[in-house]
Amino acid sequence: MTAQLVVFYLLGAATVLSSLGVVLTRNVVHAAFMLLVALLAVAGIFLVAVAEFLALAQILIYGGAVTVVVLFAIMLTRTDDQPRADHSQRLLAMLAAIGVFGLLVVAFVVSDVASLESATGVATDSETGFENLALGLFTDWAIPFEMVSLVLLVALIGAIMLARNVEGGE
Amino acid sequence: MSFTDILFAFAGLFGLFSALLVGVLSLTWLERKTLARIQQRAGPSVVGPHGLLQPVADAMKLATKEDIIPAYADKLLFWMAPAFVAVPAFLIWLAIPFGDRIAVRVLDLGLLYLVAISGIGVVGLLMGGWASSSRYSMLGGLRAAAQLVSYEIPIVIVILSIAVLVQSLSLDAVIGGNTITIGEATRDLPGQGLIPFAFVMPMGFVIFFIAGLAELGRTPFDIHHAESEVVGGPFVEYSGVHWAVFFLAEYLNTFVISALIVVLFFGGWSWPNPPESIFGNDLSSITTNFVGGAWFMFKTYIVAVTIFWIRGTYPRLRIDQLMTFAWQVLIPLSFVNFVLIAVVLFYDWPLWMMPTLSLPILIGAAIGVQRGRGVRDRPQTVRILRRSAGEIGRPMPNAPTQTQISGEGQGGD
Repeated sequence: MTAQLVVFYLLGAATVLSSLGVVLTRNVVHAAFMLLVALLAVAGIFLVAVAEFLALAQILIYGGAVTVVVLFAIMLTRTDDQPRADHSQRLLAMLAAIGVFGLLVVAFVVSDVASLESATGVATDSETGFENLALGLFTDWAIPFEMVSLVLLVALIGAIMLARNVEGGE
Repeated sequence: MSFTDILFAFAGLFGLFSALLVGVLSLTWLERKTLARIQQRAGPSVVGPHGLLQPVADAMKLATKEDIIPAYADKLLFWMAPAFVAVPAFLIWLAIPFGDRIAVRVLDLGLLYLVAISGIGVVGLLMGGWASSSRYSMLGGLRAAAQLVSYEIPIVIVILSIAVLVQSLSLDAVIGGNTITIGEATRDLPGQGLIPFAFVMPMGFVIFFIAGLAELGRTPFDIHHAESEVVGGPFVEYSGVHWAVFFLAEYLNTFVISALIVVLFFGGWSWPNPPESIFGNDLSSITTNFVGGAWFMFKTYIVAVTIFWIRGTYPRLRIDQLMTFAWQVLIPLSFVNFVLIAVVLFYDWPLWMMPTLSLPILIGAAIGVQRGRGVRDRPQTVRILRRSAGEIGRPMPNAPTQTQISGEGQGGD
């Protein structure tokens, strides 16, 4: 067993445990911090897979920004430490979760990861991998890339509209 | 990875850790001395010559002090929060170059690493603020999060402009220049050996310096632990060693921002070059590297003293001024800076076009802010502030006086 494998298993265990913690803890703020741990552990897994750019982007966006926004929202809106669980949707939620998990497993089994890698030209192994990633993003995949930023912009404007309506339309 | 690699990694980490602790101790002494000089006091002068051992005495005092944890605190998070602030502050130093390809770990994605790691510290402040279960801590934590997230944007955009300028994310390229190949043609991109980037993109430098001050939460941007408003922010309930770790992180960050300003804008170890006749120009020679490292540290301390000087000179900003300044002035300016550098490089204009184009914009923006055009108070804020104009230390320029409010009742709008 190589050192890399040991580190991978440690990080994997951290990811799984903290993800379970996110779902199982009754304290919302604790769940948010668990989420941070899970996201950072995933960044660690990216590092083990020698995808430095992905790892750093993960830390920058999820570790730094998203968690802070989530925490901010929780802390500003929190009324009670332990909100009553809404049991009426339990069955539906379970079905949806199992469905999504199954879909992911099927997708992972069916898809040919190796050919996908060569098709997108995105190798993750070295400096050239990073360069390929940049070239791919801004040439072949420019339109999807721009679409994603458009979606984010729409979400942003939508959030502003929602917040304004609550205020009473200023 | 062999055994010696691991050994070297540990040795590097340990050496860095000790060096940084000494650096922090020296910075606390330097800050107290600088502030004392500004305020016409003597500063620490009892322990050791010129009070040099004062930081050591302080550290011992803090270490032996009782560590109080509030009864209603969330114990685990309360205990973890200082670590979440301090560890990233240490980690940032891994990538900082002290000489030509001399760093604890030379990273190809150095610039991205700096940005990514520095973002985690905010979570620690929020964590500490929440776990203390005190209103003041909580408010301080939220203020810290709002401020740090806002000011991170201009910093990231300025770092991005530098990455565009050198066409690389490596800190070595930022200092030593870079050569890229596009198709057949090769192109030399300038390093900072001759001209530091502060002169190439003065606007980027000013934005980075101001936003860096805000990231540190130092006066005039220290609203998250403003003593007169939120007592001590996220640190209110902390004492003893836990408080000392927060304090340590704050000085480490000051140190890191100073070092970053030197690396990104003043040529790190390379500018100005030590005279060739004395030391030779062999980058691998120990003397050259030693001189470069010393030069780097010297410049870092000068920037740190400037930061302390600003602390001794300017009063604190109000929270809404702080936020509007980030969103309405710094972020647009940083985008302008980014577009300018992209245009200059794309059309292959000489680099002196960059300061020529950006200096007028910068001066215009400064005049605009000075006259209050850039940072206009929102009507809502004005209303809130007018209501409590008497309680706020420095009333707004257009706020009505106390007699107007009580006498004629025309304070509202």
